[in-house]
Amino acid sequence: MKKEIIIELKKVWKTYYMGKVSLDVLKGIDLTINKGEFVVIVGPSGSGKSTMMNQVGVLDVPTSGTINLKGTDISTLSESDLAQLRGKTIGFVFQQFNLIPTLTALENVILPTIFQNVSEKERLERAEELLRMVDLEERMNHKPNELSGGQQQRVAIARSLVNDPEIILADEPTGNLDSKSGQQVMDFLAKLHTQKHKTIILVTHDLELVRYAQKVVYLKDGEIVRIKHGHGRK
Amino acid sequence: MIKDYFKIPAKEIRRRKLRSWLTLIGIFIGIAAIISLITLGQGLENAIEKQFSALGKDKLFILPKGGFFGMGSSELLTEDDLDVVSGTSGVKLATGLTQGFAKFESNDLVHYGFITGVSTDPEERALVWDAQTYGMAEGRLLRKGDKFKVILGYEHSLPNLFDKRVELGDKILLHTKEFKVVGFLDKIGSPPDDQAAIIPLDAYAEVFESGDKLNFVIAQTALGEDPLLVGEDVEKELREDHRLDEGEEDFDIQTPEQFAETFGVILDIVQIVLIGIAGIALLVGGIGIMNTMYTAVLQRTKEIGIMKAIGARNEHVLYLFLVESGLYGFLGGFMGVVLGIGFAKLVEFAFVQIVGPAFLEIKIDWLLVLGTLIFSFLVGVLSGIAPARRASKLNPVDSLRYE
Repeated sequence: MKKEIIIELKKVWKTYYMGKVSLDVLKGIDLTINKGEFVVIVGPSGSGKSTMMNQVGVLDVPTSGTINLKGTDISTLSESDLAQLRGKTIGFVFQQFNLIPTLTALENVILPTIFQNVSEKERLERAEELLRMVDLEERMNHKPNELSGGQQQRVAIARSLVNDPEIILADEPTGNLDSKSGQQVMDFLAKLHTQKHKTIILVTHDLELVRYAQKVVYLKDGEIVRIKHGHGRK
Repeated sequence: MIKDYFKIPAKEIRRRKLRSWLTLIGIFIGIAAIISLITLGQGLENAIEKQFSALGKDKLFILPKGGFFGMGSSELLTEDDLDVVSGTSGVKLATGLTQGFAKFESNDLVHYGFITGVSTDPEERALVWDAQTYGMAEGRLLRKGDKFKVILGYEHSLPNLFDKRVELGDKILLHTKEFKVVGFLDKIGSPPDDQAAIIPLDAYAEVFESGDKLNFVIAQTALGEDPLLVGEDVEKELREDHRLDEGEEDFDIQTPEQFAETFGVILDIVQIVLIGIAGIALLVGGIGIMNTMYTAVLQRTKEIGIMKAIGARNEHVLYLFLVESGLYGFLGGFMGVVLGIGFAKLVEFAFVQIVGPAFLEIKIDWLLVLGTLIFSFLVGVLSGIAPARRASKLNPVDSLRYE
């Protein structure tokens, strides 16, 4: 199968300035992620993992270097256009679930479609279908505080899929869950990879999760120390 | 799409009930004040206009300078002045009136009220009735040859002033002299008028020893004459008679229209001042919204980060916050309108109970209501601009990390 590059980081540096002190968090990262790959980025805390995830998820622009998302150099986009592209292309799953507390599960899943001008009928259909997929059709009208952590994370997975993005970016998705719920979440992500051919990028400190990966990126002190190719789960 | 921009903010407003209420109170006090003041002011203006248009527009009122209807003025008009007015071309008819505040006694009880001396000449008497919009409830009018006869204000026909009603033919002591009651006036609607008395001019002169002094003169202009021009002529004649230069007049000439205008101007000034104060209250309310919105932006920093991460453009965030602050304004405005009209109606009710129906006529001005709702929405939106801009410019990475 021909490999199609979906995200490409070239010599990406990220430097934070605190008064006179500057801190290089990412030091010249080169990374390509192909369409349909399951990539796990691992590293201990302080390795620049979160910063890396912000760059890969185009939530932030690098201090220097370039990031191409589906062939577009993101530095050429305005903040708003970048947000729109992000909303269409990348679905986020966060460690903290990050649902909007005033909205029901269903409304939370619908939210990303509002920013992409999806018709009202279609977004409702999609959201209901996704909530069924994550086994939450009974809880659609519950607010996040009425749901368990595992259920909230499943809502978040449904939300990440609602605009049918090519990439799912999960930042420590199991970090706040018990092992059973965590397992369930990982199973969903694996299923999305194998059945729906999504590109999955998982950022974690948990070496356990490496076994899901086709490509493991080891990060330490802001640099990629090793890239290991695996075969995915099995 | 548009619906979503109202649904999400509406949920936010409901989420923090106490803070939302406090914010709304800040707005609706100002709006309620503005609405009730404008409505009451219009009501007063309507009533006054109605009163003055009933007077007819062909009347002139000549009164001593510095006193309203001759009250509180040292230099009164005289019979000579009346002759000068009558002799001015364009004047069809003129009559003089005297007026004083005096004791009424009947059934061993006393009250004080206005007593007006009116000519018994039928034409002059008719002019007074017309200009003062008097109507008869009972009895007869004053006629030539009447001396110590009185027509009493409406309230004397009720048992409230002297514990029992005064009957036609009864005697009543006015100041120092007994008068025979020959009639009652229709209800006018203001206690001073409804507790007053009308007696013949010569009886007034005798009882109050007013000589040839008059408190004011009413003139009717001839058909086809412009009351304003005739007024100028009367002013000139009187000035010459009093040997005064222009600008030194010791009398005033007014037409009903001028009265209405004067009242209108006073009312406008009072309203402008009060609405100015209410405007300040509204400004404070707007600052309250701004404060609430700044707090909301802080509290929802993380949510803003989430929205941006999942694809919200800056303007989406901006709209959400603008609509939210606009909704605060609109809801506050709505409550203010309801409260303001309610308050005006209450005042009207109290006025009618206490003073009578003639002075206030509240009408709901739907254009004012609509305008106020739009205005209060705009106040909300304006107050929200700065906080909403701050929200829209938040950086997604920092916002997501915010706890």
